[in-house]
Amino acid sequence: MALDQSVRDQMSDIMTRYPEARSAVMPMLHLAQSVEDEITPEAMRVIADMLGLTAAEVTAVATFYTMYKRRPVGKHHIGVCTNTLCAMLGGDAVYAALSERLGIGHNERDVDGTFWLERIECQAACTHAPVMTVDWEFMDCQTPTSALDVIDRLSRGEEVVSTRGPVIRDFQATEHTLAFPVDGLAGFGGEADAIMRAGLTVAKERGMSAPAGPEESG
Amino acid sequence: MTMAPQSSTPVASTDLVTLTLDDIEVRVPKGTLVIRVAELMGIEIPRFCDHPLLDPVAACRMCLIEVEGQVKPQPACAVTVTEGMVVRTQRTSEMADHAQEGVMEFLLLNHPLDCPVCDKGGECPLQNQAMTAGRGTSRFEETKRTFPKPINMSAQILLDRERCVSCARCTRFAEQVAGDPMLELLERGAQQQVGVAADQPFDSYFSGNTIQICPVGALTSSLYRFRARPFDLVSTPTTCEHCASGCSLRTDVRRGVVTRRLAWDDADVNEEWNCDKGRFAFMYLNEGRLTHPLVREDGHLRPASWPEALDVAARGLAAARGRTAVLTGGRLTREDAYAYAKFTRIALDSDDIDFRTRVSSDEETSFLASSVAGRPLGPTYADLDIAPVVLLVGFEPEDESPIVHLRLRRAHRKNGVHIVSVSPVRTPGIDKIGATWWECLPGDEARVVASIAAGADSDVLAHLRTPGAVILAGERLAGVPGALSAVADLAASTGAALGWVPRRAGERGALDAGALAGLLPGGRPLDDASARQQVAAVWGVQASDLPRQPGRTVGSIIDALITDVRRSATGETRLIDALVIAGVDVSDDPRAGELLGALDEGPFLVALSTHHSDVTERADVVFPVAVVTEKAGAFTDWEGRIKPFSAAVRGTPHLPDGRVLAMLADVMDVPFGNGDVASLRAELDLLTPWTGPHPDAPTVAAPTAEAVGSTSARLGSWRLLLDRGRLQEGEPHLAATARATEALMSRGTAEALGVAGADVITVSTPSGAVTLPLRIADVVDGAIWAPMCSEGCDLLSIGAFHGATVRVTGGAS
Amino acid sequence: MTPLTPVITAHWDEPDLFTIEGYRRTGGYRALPKALGQDPDAIIATVKDTGLRGRGGAGFPTGLKWSFVPQNDDKPHYLVVNADESEPGACKDVPIMMANPHALLEGVIISSYAIRANHAFIYIRGEVPQAIRRVATAVREAEQAGLLGDDILGSGYSLHVTVHSGAGAYICGEETALLDSLEGRRGQPRLKPPFPATHGLYSAPTVVNNVETIANIPWIINNGVDWFRQFGTEKSPGFKVFSVSGHVRRPGLYEAPLGITMRELLDYAGGVVGGDGTVKFWIPGGSSVPMLTADHLDTPLTYEALAEAGTMLGTGTPMVFNSTVSVVKAVTRWLEFYKHESCGKCTPCREGTFWITGVLERFEHGAGSNADMDLLLEVCGNISGRSFCALGDAAATPYPGALKYFRGEFEDATHTPVDEVFPPAASYIFGEVATR
Repeated sequence: MALDQSVRDQMSDIMTRYPEARSAVMPMLHLAQSVEDEITPEAMRVIADMLGLTAAEVTAVATFYTMYKRRPVGKHHIGVCTNTLCAMLGGDAVYAALSERLGIGHNERDVDGTFWLERIECQAACTHAPVMTVDWEFMDCQTPTSALDVIDRLSRGEEVVSTRGPVIRDFQATEHTLAFPVDGLAGFGGEADAIMRAGLTVAKERGMSAPAGPEESG
Repeated sequence: MTMAPQSSTPVASTDLVTLTLDDIEVRVPKGTLVIRVAELMGIEIPRFCDHPLLDPVAACRMCLIEVEGQVKPQPACAVTVTEGMVVRTQRTSEMADHAQEGVMEFLLLNHPLDCPVCDKGGECPLQNQAMTAGRGTSRFEETKRTFPKPINMSAQILLDRERCVSCARCTRFAEQVAGDPMLELLERGAQQQVGVAADQPFDSYFSGNTIQICPVGALTSSLYRFRARPFDLVSTPTTCEHCASGCSLRTDVRRGVVTRRLAWDDADVNEEWNCDKGRFAFMYLNEGRLTHPLVREDGHLRPASWPEALDVAARGLAAARGRTAVLTGGRLTREDAYAYAKFTRIALDSDDIDFRTRVSSDEETSFLASSVAGRPLGPTYADLDIAPVVLLVGFEPEDESPIVHLRLRRAHRKNGVHIVSVSPVRTPGIDKIGATWWECLPGDEARVVASIAAGADSDVLAHLRTPGAVILAGERLAGVPGALSAVADLAASTGAALGWVPRRAGERGALDAGALAGLLPGGRPLDDASARQQVAAVWGVQASDLPRQPGRTVGSIIDALITDVRRSATGETRLIDALVIAGVDVSDDPRAGELLGALDEGPFLVALSTHHSDVTERADVVFPVAVVTEKAGAFTDWEGRIKPFSAAVRGTPHLPDGRVLAMLADVMDVPFGNGDVASLRAELDLLTPWTGPHPDAPTVAAPTAEAVGSTSARLGSWRLLLDRGRLQEGEPHLAATARATEALMSRGTAEALGVAGADVITVSTPSGAVTLPLRIADVVDGAIWAPMCSEGCDLLSIGAFHGATVRVTGGAS
Repeated sequence: MTPLTPVITAHWDEPDLFTIEGYRRTGGYRALPKALGQDPDAIIATVKDTGLRGRGGAGFPTGLKWSFVPQNDDKPHYLVVNADESEPGACKDVPIMMANPHALLEGVIISSYAIRANHAFIYIRGEVPQAIRRVATAVREAEQAGLLGDDILGSGYSLHVTVHSGAGAYICGEETALLDSLEGRRGQPRLKPPFPATHGLYSAPTVVNNVETIANIPWIINNGVDWFRQFGTEKSPGFKVFSVSGHVRRPGLYEAPLGITMRELLDYAGGVVGGDGTVKFWIPGGSSVPMLTADHLDTPLTYEALAEAGTMLGTGTPMVFNSTVSVVKAVTRWLEFYKHESCGKCTPCREGTFWITGVLERFEHGAGSNADMDLLLEVCGNISGRSFCALGDAAATPYPGALKYFRGEFEDATHTPVDEVFPPAASYIFGEVATR
């Protein structure tokens, strides 16, 4: 799919967010990826031309960041954190199970283009280990069984809901969100989950609170 | 070792700081980098990413030193001195030595041990450092990183990624110095590598510099790769013959064959850079050379001995004394040009001489005599660095004098110098030097310059009136009536320094040497008695023996030759009976066709040439002469700076032009001297620049603006740096990096001409037509731009020159 | 026993806290008018007086950082929020953004006002779309409520906030790399000096602060210096959102005064799960700080006490590992991370992480040697202090720390694959954590 005029218009819109347009290169790349499922040389050329850069300058950026892919990702991006903590707590087993089921390894796409599997780095969700992501939406506290279930349901086209986010759409939809993050889905996932409010829960159980400030007390 | 540019102004002692480096106390200017201080002291701190002409990056970490009070070792390339600082290098600090040792080990970790087959082997900073301070054996047991190799950064530049140490010198050069960030660091971490975009090669005019500053053998050229070993080369400092920038080069010769050229240091001129033409266009030196004198017999040229050829030539020329003309071309050294100047006046009794076989005019002749010839050095490159304004008129530095372009870019980047370019096109060069584009319809330069003088932009005018302002006039103004007059007037009225930037390396030297009708060496007016007296004294002749009246310039010479065709037919005496033509590319002259036609009709023609050409084909006698690398000499750059060089290739049978002319004079029984470079220089030294009155600048009025019809446009054109020039022959990799041949127009112009939707357009004149791809660009309305002499676009052959009105139609002709 | 003191997390059980209504209902946006009524310098002085230290890892005093910004120049100023939380073990900024984005935003407005910035950026790592959505949506709500944009609350002060999505690069947590990234370049760190305070984003004066740091600001403005300083210690004042992860019964976020001990946090988190029920090793603030053992559980979690123990507070996000975990494998995995995330700019980090990882992977397969153990120490020493930025130093951290306490495990790994000694499945926590 080419970057047509409407995509270019969206890119122009992104450029207005910044005092200097070059800053828009990363969200523009996300947008390009949302349209084309990968970062193509053509996309880099279009972005370069819009920003008055050389294609090499955009390529330099696109190749630096892990999330930009230079091969089509497919429908769903599956990330499994295999950094130390998640790996030790079971992430390695989750990854192994998915890899075996999908018949693919790290940074590979399955034959029918449904799943891309990636060993991802720390996802800032260590309290929810082992962490998986589907199209970068959190799928917390996984086991091999739960992870395979997610894959199976996605394969069957069934609804899968992120543990702390919206209903899973697809990789390209998330990439569009990264370019235009006010997407109406912020409310999904609701309030902090039990793990995030673990301390608050204990504090309430034990009657602990922070000392009130002068405003409240006065 | 390159030194950082030094400020020419003396440093006040209050701006000095005292520091101790390896127990030696020194005082240096505030803000100096520690690594530069060490250099000044003769202490070598190893480094790979540091380069004095690039912004510091402190990436390689090789230059770590100890700074007292700092817990960690610091990069000497990025730390500026402060008062009382105590610095210890690896010579006196365990910390620094240990740190450098560790970095060295890291650098060699993944570096291949392929030095024996690497182009850089033998002249490699990494190899040198490894030999000096590296471990004998590696402690790395894992598998080294490998990449498919080599890959093309351009047709000319190749990359072997496994050799790269990620110093980023090449990418910083591309971005900072050249302004061509098509070469970038790609990927991340251990996979980080230099690269280009999938669809845009590193076609920078300056790409070759990256090879030279690469501290390892990662970047190589298609031309030189695997051709030689450094120890097999004999290197000679030379001066580039390709343009008037005046670059110092190093010419490397392998067994008598020029194998490589590098930029050589000249802080005043090219610093450490050159352009790709200067670096890679040298195959012509080695190929297709004339080897024997030739003499015409029965209509055909045949090899002849030197004595025979000299005899035939001398007799022919002697018979035509007083009715002879000389065209020297713009590529001679100043010494050889001087030999022609002298030979013309004393052996041929003529003043019909010109170094211009290109667009020229009487106005230009007068401009050169009044404002350029015999003038002292300046404006200079250094003046550009600090000028309140630099006004470019009819001059595209990136194409026509690339080192001026680099200097202007630096002036803009480092000093924010205000640059204004009067041009029909907003070129990439204009953006790279941060210039303001002053739109100018081709041919309207005189009016535009006059409007500047009249205050069309009060800032520009005020800056021009500020001491130090510089105006640079380009070669193409010779074809725009009134332009050089207007430029001279603007300089006079504002006090701005005026520089004339010809395209060819030998033009300024030839002008100063007297290879122009009406001008004797040193800018002496021929019609001035004391000037003639001074020259006669040096030449050992009577002043009365010298011509008194200015002779013909190239245009009049061609006119005379054409007249002669008619006169011959009617039995009248010819105006010009004989011609001497040096290595001239006559196709550069808009009247080349007329000239060649006239040469077919009779004048006795002696050609001194390195290669066969349209001229040698028509000559009665041809003398083979030395190419620039086979002789000593000097080029005078656009500043008026004399850049001498010696022969890089010795022991060839080829003689320089001066020696051939001396032998001819000898046979003609004219006391000429030996004609060797030392004698010619000694005479030139005596003929110091003229101190008497110069003629007045021309005052040619701009012609009234001519309306352009609805199917026509005004043509803007100049030669791209890389084009079909003869000296670029034989180097396909270089040619492959040339810019695309295309026509440029504004959208408005294209719409007005009804060609907006066309992929190709045809530019036509009464003499012919050229079909070109069309690209919409920032071009002044009413104009079309196309390259002068590129593949598929020879505008001169259809009589089209900058400023001409040409017909433009959509599609092919 | 040090009590838990939820401040930033106090209302995280409100179902709509992430909306402007929810935040307002719990007292949000009360600090803003207060701040806008003060002189910006007064706010800087207040923050300075609180002694608040940056919560991103380096612990630089926030008020001091703000005071470095030239206040009477004619350049634009920028606030850039570092929301690139990627440090292995750190998971507090992303939860803050998801649960309470308006607290961050209120802090952003006040902080920007203090440093005289009219444009602020929140640079959020790209891999957390839900956090990005919530912050971006909060910005939109605040704009609609007149809390952002021109003439905020009639104060004459204007601020625009841009939410920026990263794209996967740990190095962008380094503030100058983040700035280069935000300028549309490769996220490689910049040469310092000049520092961001004078030459930051677009070469203009810039403050880069961590999410949690900025989220502290509304409470400081509301409650003052004395209130803030009653938490923590003299050198480590304030409260901290500790994310406790790993082999604990109730992993999660625990907000407590600095100075609380790991033993206390462990108690709140329900103790160690799995293995023999004891802590084998723990890391106070991300993989970039040296590990500690059960002997250090009573060390107060403050900048100063942890420094004395040979480590650092870092991000203040303890990871706990039980007896089943192979230190060799843990360290190897971290080094693989640093190798993957090394930006490539400087030699020691680029080559050193490549080298160490290769050697450690041999250990993991039982093929290390005693000489390798010394070699690795030397290589770490050759990275540490010689690399361009702190990533290199961080990469040189896990191994020496591990060797110090668990030399025997490396010795074992010279002949036996670590998975044989430490069967991985023994460490898995499937079904053992209380909160799931």
